[in-house]
Amino acid sequence: MPDIKSSHNTMSRKVVITGMGIYSCLGTDLDSVKDSLWNGKSGIVFDPERKAMGYRSALTGYVPEPDLKSILSRSQRAFLPTHGAYAYVATDQALKMAGINMEYLEKNSVGILYGGDSTAEPTYQSICTMVEKGDTLRCGSGAIFKSMNSTVTMNLSCLFKLRGINMTVSAACASGSHAIGLGYLLIKEGLEECIVCGGAQEINKYVVGSFDGIGAFSIRENEPEKASRPFDRDRDGLVPSGGAATLILESEESALKRGANIIAEVVGYGFSSNGDHISTPNVAGPAQSLRNCFKNSGIDPSQIGYINAHATSTPVGDKNEALAIAEVFGKDMPPVSSTKGQTGHEMWMAGASEAIYSIIMMKNGFIAPSLNFENPDQDTALLNIPTERLETKFDMFLSNSFGFGGTNSTLIIKNR
Amino acid sequence: MTLEEIKEKVNVSLAEEFEIEESLLTPDANIKTTLKLDSLSIIDLIAIIEDTFSIKTEVAEIKQVATLGDLYGYIQSKL
Repeated sequence: MPDIKSSHNTMSRKVVITGMGIYSCLGTDLDSVKDSLWNGKSGIVFDPERKAMGYRSALTGYVPEPDLKSILSRSQRAFLPTHGAYAYVATDQALKMAGINMEYLEKNSVGILYGGDSTAEPTYQSICTMVEKGDTLRCGSGAIFKSMNSTVTMNLSCLFKLRGINMTVSAACASGSHAIGLGYLLIKEGLEECIVCGGAQEINKYVVGSFDGIGAFSIRENEPEKASRPFDRDRDGLVPSGGAATLILESEESALKRGANIIAEVVGYGFSSNGDHISTPNVAGPAQSLRNCFKNSGIDPSQIGYINAHATSTPVGDKNEALAIAEVFGKDMPPVSSTKGQTGHEMWMAGASEAIYSIIMMKNGFIAPSLNFENPDQDTALLNIPTERLETKFDMFLSNSFGFGGTNSTLIIKNR
Repeated sequence: MTLEEIKEKVNVSLAEEFEIEESLLTPDANIKTTLKLDSLSIIDLIAIIEDTFSIKTEVAEIKQVATLGDLYGYIQSKL
């Protein structure tokens, strides 16, 4: 098949999702994640190693380490950090679901835009080795490739023979969402046909120590499954988590040409920057991201059937997001939940994983309970937050992701 | 350490760390073309050799080693 990237015009085109893959604390495939969402299962555990290291809160999402020995050769695994392995599994699932095999990838230009904003464990390990051994060679051949921020995109582009756009999107906890948004724009504008989009987040005892140090985490250690409680009156901080999530974004034209199953369509992307405090979010920035998304897409808030909020369970963040949503949606308030009550905060991955969680719920006609939301405060009372699973059909949802530095991203995705 | 002992230790490392078929581990096996160890893998090989035999090698010297038999001899010369 010829490379069709240069053959089309630059008309604004529909951008569809033809594959999804997930490796999270709710499950390591779409079916198990669907069951966890349906049952309101928590993926949060207490990690004694973190406590021994001096963490204020040793709570974390947990995912098993993938065993890729039977799938990838030693030389293919040598440069993959653990979160790269999560991303490999998620991307393999997504490509298979999309019906894209290696033969297709070798003959067509497919890109990758993946969210990522740290690779602490391999960086720490290589520095320790260098200092201990007094010889840089002893860091090993994989250290440089594992410890660069773009490690996931550099590895996956080689493993899957990707030849389109190849870039890591670093935007703190909005990384995964911006990766989807930017992929959407590139395809919509005719610059790419198909892009592997997603986000990966490492889970280990090194990556979030300094995050714990600024007092951002919930210290409800005696009740791990109740610690992440977005929008709840008694929320006391976030719970770090991670994994990887991949969505295959593709022009509708390309998907139809391949005879691919179209799952959903990305119809809106909005973004903004707070230009304010480095860690404390405000109301104006997120509200502007929402407004920009509606303006860019031509969609009206009344068309949105569900909002997957960014809400991480921090006192100020949830309050200001609630105010922003209330300001923009007014009387047209659809159900709002944060799946972070179940997952904790999947950070660099969250925008991508939450798009997948929301698509799973949209395709299966339910909204998972906003886990641990028991009592509103005066701000979160402005929202319509389900405390139990809603079995309801909706055909369009909005997903927020915000990050340190005031980076905001909003996506709208509709059913197909 | 005898050449046979060096051979056994090197072969075990290559089989375990680099997942190389034991049948390929013959003295005349070319490290690059037969064992498929590229320039990055050679870096890891050096680290393993230095740890296993408590020797200090030179990257430039190792890169001149063509076959597995040559590698056994190089290690013996460093002991």
